[in-house]
Amino acid sequence: MVKMDPVQLRLLREVADLHDVPEGAYNFRANGTSVGRSTTANIDIQSKTDVSGIDIRIKPGTKHESVHIPVVLSESGLKETVYNDFYIGEDSDVLIVAGCGIDNCGSQDSEHDGVHRFFVGKNAHIRYVEKHYGSGDGNGKRILNPVTEVYMEEGSSAEMEMVQIKGVDSTQRTTVAELAAGARLVVRERLMTHGSQNAESVYKVTLNGDGSSADVVSRSVARDTSYQKFDACILGNAACSGHTECDSIIMDAGRILAVPSLEANNIDAALVHEAAIGKIAGEQLVKLMTLGLTEAEAEEQIINGFLK
Amino acid sequence: MLELKNIAFSADNDGANKEIIRDISLTLGRHKFIVITGPNGGGKSTLAKIIAGIVRPDAGQILLDGEDITERSITERARLGIGFAFQQPVRFKGLTVLDLLRIAAGKQLSVSDACSYLSKVGLCAKDYIHREVNASLSGGELKRIEIATVLARKPRVAVFDEPEAGIDLWSFQNLITIFEHMQQADSDRTILVISHQERILNIADEIIVLADGHVTKQGTRDEILPQILHTEAAVSTCRMAE
Repeated sequence: MVKMDPVQLRLLREVADLHDVPEGAYNFRANGTSVGRSTTANIDIQSKTDVSGIDIRIKPGTKHESVHIPVVLSESGLKETVYNDFYIGEDSDVLIVAGCGIDNCGSQDSEHDGVHRFFVGKNAHIRYVEKHYGSGDGNGKRILNPVTEVYMEEGSSAEMEMVQIKGVDSTQRTTVAELAAGARLVVRERLMTHGSQNAESVYKVTLNGDGSSADVVSRSVARDTSYQKFDACILGNAACSGHTECDSIIMDAGRILAVPSLEANNIDAALVHEAAIGKIAGEQLVKLMTLGLTEAEAEEQIINGFLK
Repeated sequence: MLELKNIAFSADNDGANKEIIRDISLTLGRHKFIVITGPNGGGKSTLAKIIAGIVRPDAGQILLDGEDITERSITERARLGIGFAFQQPVRFKGLTVLDLLRIAAGKQLSVSDACSYLSKVGLCAKDYIHREVNASLSGGELKRIEIATVLARKPRVAVFDEPEAGIDLWSFQNLITIFEHMQQADSDRTILVISHQERILNIADEIIVLADGHVTKQGTRDEILPQILHTEAAVSTCRMAE
């Protein structure tokens, strides 16, 4: 039985779109402790004994199952580092939904640093969705520093959707991936910062095997006086293909630093990077205003579409 | 009915003040299909933008069905029933064709209703409805989507700025049919098209020739068209295709 208060349930809806206990395997963490867990015949979840966190083991050949591991923090001043390891068996195909919501109405900083490691077996496929959200009107900051490590065996694939749209004061996001032959990684990051928030996202993707590929795309919006840094590096050590793209809108006095980089260590590595930063084009606003929207509504539509 | 009274507009041109529109007064009646033509640089597009509220005139008055809308914003004019199709449609990363049509219709248009607007502009709806209005679309496709957004608004006054630019010959006949259907669908509607195209001039109720910021000719199609054929104001489809 999962017991949560209304604030925690609201956070859960924001980060995992969950209105009720999900089907399949799950582990709910609230204010530093596990408040509900379920396993299935194919997916096991065990608490770690040395550090805070869980091991998620998915049996080879597991198909069409999901794991939800949302985290909510509603206590001001709580700081935690959690280590979650995912062992994804060969030929499996699963959905993993993570995410963290912090509500901080107090004066002390609240911080959740989640370290997720994925060991993706041969020919396995995962879809990983991670949403971060903050709320609360206290002076205490809401801080999230996720670390994601992905180790992909031959022929495996991973689609990762990372979203942080609102309310997180400070983020230092680090994503590291290593791909064997024929593995494919697709990352879609969406980020919006406002107020005086600070967000940094660093990727280091290493393509070690022939036929491996990576596509890392970030779309972001920096409003008010917020600051973002996107630093994506793809290394090609084999006959591989890699693409990274950072597409950003700046508003008000927002600032963005994009540092895409490529390193080719093999003659057959084909790597591409793109980066674009700019404000909303005036003609886009005018077009939507001729369709009856106010300037503010037009701006909202453009941003919602961009971050969709 | 749209009335323009003594509209004037000038713009800064390399430090010099250039008059773009000089004291133009026009009455655009209900259920009329009016084409404004004339040489490039004559002020046609500027006049269209003044009607939509995108450009503010230096002097003059604009009345929509008797109501003074001179000080009204782009949004207010759109809500009062002025629709505007851009000569060069805008691209949006992330917004889909369906999003744009829903914004245009001002309601949660069903997918099938949205598709019907696309079919009217000659696009295979299922191929386009969920596509982003971004750089992956060709100029001709964007142009047709632009026209579809104006159809979805069902405006009292529909202004099209060179709708034929960028579309191919096949969709040209389609465009003529769209205008005819728009006019039939609402007997109060005024359609104003900026065009040099002879085939569009051919279906006009009225033709206005604008040159150097002035109205130089105005009258019914039968009066004006013979005077301007084979000039820059009326080019044939074949010449366009060249």
